[in-house]
Amino acid sequence: MLQEESDLALIIAQIVQKLKGSNLYAQLERQAWASLQRPEIKLESLKEDIKEFFKISGWEKKLQNAVYSELNVFPLPSHPAAPPEHLKEPLVYMRKAQGSWEKRILKSLNSMCTELSIPLARKRPVGEQKELLNKWNEMGTDEPDLSLFRPVYAPKDFLEVLINLRNPNYENGDSHSFRTHLGLIQVPLKVKDIPELKEFFVELGLTAGQLGIDDSTQVPPELFENEHVRIGQKVLSEQDSAAAQQYIRQGSPTALRAELWALILNISSQPEDILYYEQLKTNVIQHDLLVDSLIYKDVKLTASNDDYYFVFEDYLYQVLLCFSRDTSVLGHFAYNSASPPKSYIRGKLGLEEYAVFYPPNGVIPFHGFSMYVAPLCFLYHEPSKLYQIFREMYVRFFFRLHSISSHPSGIVSLCLLFETLLQTYLPQLFYHLREIGAQPLRISFKWMVRAFSGYLATDQLLLLWDRILGYNSLEILAVLAAAVFAFRAVNLMEVTSLAAAEAVLADLSTLKVMPLLQIFLFATVT
Amino acid sequence: MSRVSVPCHVKGTVALQVGDVRTSQGRPGVLVIDVTFPSVAPFELQEIMFKNYYTAFLTIRVRQHTSTHTPAKWVTCLRDYCLMPDPHSEEGAQEYVSLFKHQMLCDMGKVLELRLILRQPSPLWLSFTVEELQIYQQGPKDLGIWFQVSPTLPASGQYAFALQSPSMTFPKWLSHPVPCEQPAPLLEGLPDPSRVSSEVQQMWALTEMIRASHTSTRIGRFDVDGCYDLNLLSYT
Repeated sequence: MLQEESDLALIIAQIVQKLKGSNLYAQLERQAWASLQRPEIKLESLKEDIKEFFKISGWEKKLQNAVYSELNVFPLPSHPAAPPEHLKEPLVYMRKAQGSWEKRILKSLNSMCTELSIPLARKRPVGEQKELLNKWNEMGTDEPDLSLFRPVYAPKDFLEVLINLRNPNYENGDSHSFRTHLGLIQVPLKVKDIPELKEFFVELGLTAGQLGIDDSTQVPPELFENEHVRIGQKVLSEQDSAAAQQYIRQGSPTALRAELWALILNISSQPEDILYYEQLKTNVIQHDLLVDSLIYKDVKLTASNDDYYFVFEDYLYQVLLCFSRDTSVLGHFAYNSASPPKSYIRGKLGLEEYAVFYPPNGVIPFHGFSMYVAPLCFLYHEPSKLYQIFREMYVRFFFRLHSISSHPSGIVSLCLLFETLLQTYLPQLFYHLREIGAQPLRISFKWMVRAFSGYLATDQLLLLWDRILGYNSLEILAVLAAAVFAFRAVNLMEVTSLAAAEAVLADLSTLKVMPLLQIFLFATVT
Repeated sequence: MSRVSVPCHVKGTVALQVGDVRTSQGRPGVLVIDVTFPSVAPFELQEIMFKNYYTAFLTIRVRQHTSTHTPAKWVTCLRDYCLMPDPHSEEGAQEYVSLFKHQMLCDMGKVLELRLILRQPSPLWLSFTVEELQIYQQGPKDLGIWFQVSPTLPASGQYAFALQSPSMTFPKWLSHPVPCEQPAPLLEGLPDPSRVSSEVQQMWALTEMIRASHTSTRIGRFDVDGCYDLNLLSYT
């Protein structure tokens, strides 16, 4: 009992401490001062009156949303004796694996620098700064020669690392043991089974209305859609993050999505935020980074070739370049198993006061990284708002898709969940694909790493991401990947090679995600 | 909560095994760890803290001093406490755990010796144990305890609580009041002093914490004195 109370006190203290430095805190303080002029605030009951004033004026709701957002993002305080790295990742062998993976990335980046003899970062000469500033809104027209640059890594390389991940304390047995006949992921993490998933995703059940199903042209809008939109508007007018998160589990109406997501992510686009974005822009103009070329190359290779997203090319450069300069992103390394790379200012090697993170946000982009931003361009046209939404999505969700951790939303758990679901519910298919050398995870891994961005039609992708936000979990990605295999099972049973299996699953753009998910989770006889 | 670490001697683990340890195929599923306190008088146990390493269930037996005439007896104070909800998977396998006096099945006064009985029914793990074992006793009550709150990592919002016992010594009757199960009649009608003190300490900790943290927002600079010219990444 006492333990729980002190845990609660610790959580409160942590949140208070976080909010204390925030803009909201300053605003609340200002409002409280200003409210002293009001006649209804009396000295005898000052505290209660100000509380009441906050309640009526809507500031209390803002505070609630901020607290809710903190609770969603930050892990609960762990045991006081646990070192900070335990919060990043509790399993030692996972931390080690992540560490050596990072070292590989560093080496590859360093060797690229040496081979091409270019520095990691340099200050731009004034002339170059002006030039970049002038073409800020049309960076895509530039065609620099990037043929020598190569992405630091691709999802395929990362999958190899995950396949080789082992717990040293685990009975891995000889090569003939039972488990080696199963999937590629060999770590014994706990993943949900279908009954647990049914309970977790209860709002996706057959009895609840769903956007993505019940708004199709055959269904009269009076049955579900009209009412759902009306509730959505009410949720927005209340400005309550928690209500919005619950609401969005049944899907967001297209017209309300941008606002609902911003509300859930607690992004309000204040003048300060626009100023902050401008500051990041200045930083991009001043410093030239090697990762800029990687970002450039990535956008050219992925989004610019995509039928849906090529129009957003310029937005993507702006957002991704600013993102690389944003030191506030470093905060997420407190709960991310990854750690930001370090470097020293030229000529000051080894001097701790000249140690810096590289890139400034600590995130090295990989092949396909820009696809995390691209779908958001459909929702937000104001670059600073688009930027804020993306940054929040990254520090809440996307970072988990390329770091090695035991978190239920981490990529290792997603892979294992996918394989376990297939093995349990489609054993024949799994066995067949395995026998012909087409391990299902080799096909589905890229979908999950990109959160299906670039694979699904955009309306379907946004319906999927609605559920990621609604459940504050990425597990839905693994469920959908398994559901896609289930949907194509008949065709897949006939293929005889990996190439043929890949061909069957090459085009997901015609799939409707919500019916697939619902059938797989709720309508399959098991 | 005020607590003081008790110096202890942790003996080597003893495995319970059927058959010959060297030839038997199966690995032991039960381990016993004895903890003795050679340099301490019988004390009241407040907290047991450790880092788990693949132990699924924990039972603790305690040997308590009764009186000078009768031999001390063994009592089970914790029975099959679950450390891993699913013994076959990683959850809880490497967690830090604290067990408190109030979670125990019996009174934890006058402790002479502890015996930890670890169980791991799953054959999947090569070994299991508990690490970084620490035993704490109740610190001197209510008096002169300071709560030191040190911001170790202000940026990430992590705080470490460190408790210090007072540097000056109090008369023994003050720090070790006569053990009595019932509070003295004088205190009837008043709130439980230990509870009040712990609440006050918590509030104090909170205010200290707030005072210590002027702001947690970073100034968004990544350069050092305007310079961010870098050649290569550092491997350390």
